[in-house]
Amino acid sequence: MKGPKARALASIVQFENVGLRYGMGAETLSDISFTLAPGAFYFLTGASGAGKTSLLKLLYLAQRPSRGLIRLFNEDVVTMPRERLPVLRRRIGVVFQDFRLVPHLSAFDNVALPLRVAGVDEGEIADRVGEMIAWVGLGGRASARPATLSGGEQQRVAIARAVIGQPEMLVADEPTGNVDPDMAARLLHLFDALNKFGTTIVVATHDMHLVSRVPSAAIMRLERGRLEDPTGALRYPPRVPA
Amino acid sequence: MNLPFAFTAADRRLLPEGRAAGPMPWVIAIMVFLTVLAAAAGLALAGSARALGDQIAGRVTIQIVEADRVARNAQAEAAVRAARALPGVATVHRIGDDEIARLLEPWLGPGGLELPVPALVDIDLGDPAALPRLKAAVAAVAPAARIDAHAQALAPLRDLVGSLRWLAGLLVLLMAIATAACVVLAARAALNTHRETIDVLHLLGATDIQIARLFQRRIALDALFGGGLGFAAGALVLILLAGRIGAVGSELVGSVRLEPAGWLALAAVPMAGALLATAAARLTLERALRRIL
Ligand SMILES: Nc1ncnc2c1ncn2[C@@H]1O[C@H](COP(=O)(O)OP(=O)(O)OP(=O)(O)O)[C@@H](O)[C@H]1O
Ligand SMILES: [Mg+2]
Repeated sequence: MKGPKARALASIVQFENVGLRYGMGAETLSDISFTLAPGAFYFLTGASGAGKTSLLKLLYLAQRPSRGLIRLFNEDVVTMPRERLPVLRRRIGVVFQDFRLVPHLSAFDNVALPLRVAGVDEGEIADRVGEMIAWVGLGGRASARPATLSGGEQQRVAIARAVIGQPEMLVADEPTGNVDPDMAARLLHLFDALNKFGTTIVVATHDMHLVSRVPSAAIMRLERGRLEDPTGALRYPPRVPA
Repeated sequence: MNLPFAFTAADRRLLPEGRAAGPMPWVIAIMVFLTVLAAAAGLALAGSARALGDQIAGRVTIQIVEADRVARNAQAEAAVRAARALPGVATVHRIGDDEIARLLEPWLGPGGLELPVPALVDIDLGDPAALPRLKAAVAAVAPAARIDAHAQALAPLRDLVGSLRWLAGLLVLLMAIATAACVVLAARAALNTHRETIDVLHLLGATDIQIARLFQRRIALDALFGGGLGFAAGALVLILLAGRIGAVGSELVGSVRLEPAGWLALAAVPMAGALLATAAARLTLERALRRIL
């Protein structure tokens, strides 16, 4: 783990004048520039359609920008050949807004996916996945298919899958949209615990109540595809939130 | 790509179990079935062309077409003597009148020889080059003689067999192309069906090779299944056909037979089919995956 001083100098994510355009339309994201400090906690807020998911897609390497520069883990991912992307993707955990659970796999196998992709052996997978599933309160539903789970249960499977590989960065898109406040608090606690172990967290949400629960977090605000920096935490060098 | 990955037992849990969707195994079964038949036809025809060539090379028949029985006999005897005297002639055999009578009896009835029937002499040339000498010698002593070299008479048949062999080869080639095309379509369909899953696997850090393997193994298994089925059906048909051919009892048709080496070549058809399918699938998958980020 890096010390606070090293954190202040290095950045885990760096965007410079990034623009994103889908097809031929107007730019969905414009002139996005920011840096994220390793080990920090960020909320990404903004109205529906402001471009939160689009920005996160650039972060978790589902999309390349139309212009600008993006560095992840100190590597230029805009020009990086696509064969090298899997290595970086394995260092990022993602909770998709629409969960994207694999429909024909059980909750257990969905959560196990990142470990299987990374070639972890089955004995270790059984232990780690079993523990994680129990932790998100789905101990009795491990063999259920996603279609037979409630929205909130699916969301918890998606979160368990995102964190099971102990990623260096966790990107979560509306991760508490479908759960009750108690479960939301519990999940936030999980993110916080991961954060304490050094994982950089980026959570997109509408829920200002959720944002207020993590006072140390920095806030990124998207307004019609442009980034505002209300806490002043996004400039280079990144300021580690207190 | 030098990522370590251990998709062995685990990869079965990344995609639904069972055969790839769609009719691909059955289409491959049909293709292999037809390929086996076409290849068997080609191999058998090759064999019979060889046998035919061996049998008829150097076989000559002399007919003495003479209405007067005495003159006919005299000319036939003269022709036999002339032929025997020639170098390069292996055997000379006059087909006796009673033998001819027996051959013609079904058509002409008993006593058919009251009609003027040509006298026949069978000759085997040890050296086919002796044919012009034989012709000259026989013509000198038997003006009524007509000489038929079997090789000449059967040349159109031999050419036909040759063409059929080429046709069989062409059919095998076309079937291979159709099989590959079918596999390409099946691989694309499988990718489309599982596109969502593939995207998720990509985003979780799976490599193209890992994903391609999932589909490739499935397609290879399907191809092997279809190929085995098609080969079994083809072999069954061939064995039944061989029985029928044996029952015909004709020398010419009977020469259409498969050697053990031929059977071995046929057994290679489903193997080659599975290899072809795997290669086509792999190529298609890798090209399609490369288009996804
Ligand atoms: N794949 C796409 N193709 C074309 N347009 C898209 C695509 N994805 C998003 N958009 C557009 O980009 C804009 C931003 O979408 P995005 O999903 O990033 O918003 P968001 O802030 O995540 O909204 P929400 O809070 O509702 O999830 C929207 O106008 C949307 O229509
Ligand atoms: Mg969104």
